[in-house]
Amino acid sequence: MNILRKKSKANLPFSETVIELFIRLCGISSIIFVFGIFFFVFREGAGFLFSGLNLTEFLTSVEWQPTSLNNKRYGAFALIVGTFSVTALAMCMAVPFGLGAAIFVSEFCSPKLRETFKIVIELLAAIPSVVWGFIGLTLMNQLIIQVFNAPIGLTMLNGSIMLALMSVPIIVSIAEDALKAVPDSYREAAEALGATRWQVIYRVLLPAAKNGLLAAVLLGAARSIGETMAVLMATGHSVNIPSGPLSWIRTLTATIAAELGEVARGDEHYQVLFIIGILLFTITFVVNLIADLVIKGIRQE
Amino acid sequence: MKGTAIIFFLPVLVCGFVITGCSPTDSNNNNVATKNGVHVTIKNKGSDTIVNLAQAWAEKYIDITSTVSVEVSGGGSGTGVAALINGTVDIANCSRQIKPKELEQATQNTGKVPQEFIVGYDALAVYVHPDTPIDKITIPQLAEIYGEDGTITQWSHLGIENSACPSDRIIRISRQSNSGTYFYFREALLGENRDFRIGSLDLHGSKDVVEVIGRTPCAIGYSGMGYATSHVKMLAIATDENAPYYAPTLENVLTKSYPIARPLYMYSLGEPTGEIKAYLDWILSVEGQKIVQKLGFVPVESK
Repeated sequence: MNILRKKSKANLPFSETVIELFIRLCGISSIIFVFGIFFFVFREGAGFLFSGLNLTEFLTSVEWQPTSLNNKRYGAFALIVGTFSVTALAMCMAVPFGLGAAIFVSEFCSPKLRETFKIVIELLAAIPSVVWGFIGLTLMNQLIIQVFNAPIGLTMLNGSIMLALMSVPIIVSIAEDALKAVPDSYREAAEALGATRWQVIYRVLLPAAKNGLLAAVLLGAARSIGETMAVLMATGHSVNIPSGPLSWIRTLTATIAAELGEVARGDEHYQVLFIIGILLFTITFVVNLIADLVIKGIRQE
Repeated sequence: MKGTAIIFFLPVLVCGFVITGCSPTDSNNNNVATKNGVHVTIKNKGSDTIVNLAQAWAEKYIDITSTVSVEVSGGGSGTGVAALINGTVDIANCSRQIKPKELEQATQNTGKVPQEFIVGYDALAVYVHPDTPIDKITIPQLAEIYGEDGTITQWSHLGIENSACPSDRIIRISRQSNSGTYFYFREALLGENRDFRIGSLDLHGSKDVVEVIGRTPCAIGYSGMGYATSHVKMLAIATDENAPYYAPTLENVLTKSYPIARPLYMYSLGEPTGEIKAYLDWILSVEGQKIVQKLGFVPVESK
């Protein structure tokens, strides 16, 4: 093998070598970019993170007063709760719909309908988040006021609906791929044993596609955690511990988006916003790590 | 084979162009407006409160001069000042005064001291939904509504029965915590030693505030006088309960009786020269100030 490789390398024309190098660079670049971004975000926030910021206050206090003249307080607890609650509620809506749609598309749909379906779902994914935010601010706001008799429609529920609509296409397309990847022989074997269609799906397909479905859900959740514009416009953007779906909230991402544009560079407030960025990085890292471990655990079974 | 190689390298070349094209270094000196006979562009950026006004000035000015165009963009007072510090704009719009730290940074960075011009006044109006049975309010009452540890959280605390709002809870509409409007309103209400209570809905723009209040009978909020629509009501304001109430009208702002009005600033890098000076002079002239009035702001006494 080694000899063969060496030989072929020696005979490689110049352009081949260059192309190979280029492709290799492309592969490595994604790693470099991730570390580069992390390094940059960390560098901007590190100064204040290690000297000055009270980390306990940052993680447990709801007092977010970054522009106070005499008594600046950087408590991000309400923002963390906001991010998680709006994501959780969005997933409650998106996961059943997304997985249901994926099962329908891959198992029940006629091939013709499937093509239309997929195009429409992809179209849903192509709508920019600021448009979702605008729909939340105007249409959904009015609707929530009327349906729930709420004083104002810019609430966690509003933001969650927008996030659910945004993550459903991701969940559908990845989950559908996962179901497609289950070999047809499984289905045939199950049906030959006399299983009903429901039993085939519930007992055979879902367990077989477990990893892919989990990946679909987690990627959908990651999309929700990272979403900015739609939640900024639809959730009311209010530092508040929510007491229910009709409370208004503020998320970590929306805080960065709303405030970073107006802070002086290098300022404490600027650095705290970057520390929020580090926090977001850590959250997504942990989510991905859990996903990896879970998938590995499943494989070892 | 060579063809394939070119196709492979095309993205690299494109990437290269994009990266160099976007580098921030090239925007430093080519924007200084010097009259060289042809077209001159003045770059103008900053406060969202002023952006409509600045746009109106720019449109009128190109009509008059036909050679000087003004590029206006918003983003907030802080954004404008940041651009001034980086030397990427000629004039920064600001709805608050420049901070000493920013002044120092700008001087250090560009070697020129920013010069201040008051180009008009903005009166902040306090808005409520038209169904709210209230017409006037005092500054101390507003302070108790918005301030930390404030005592007024329900409409009944103000002595009114707001039948349009069944929960009776006052929904405070505010702005994102570093907009110039937010800073000014906080200072006017609470001075320097008290902060706003958290839990207000911090909207992202003067227009949004008015828009949301127009749909929300429980809400109270503040925004520029020029943003009023027929869907909201403006309250008359008194400095305390014994003082007379003043409605947010042009006359009351001009006579300085209306309590929450603030100057609007423009900053140039160094003493303005050439076309920038001509533009600022024109803004402060009778003609420029007419536009101020037309957009719902209050003109400065023209020289």
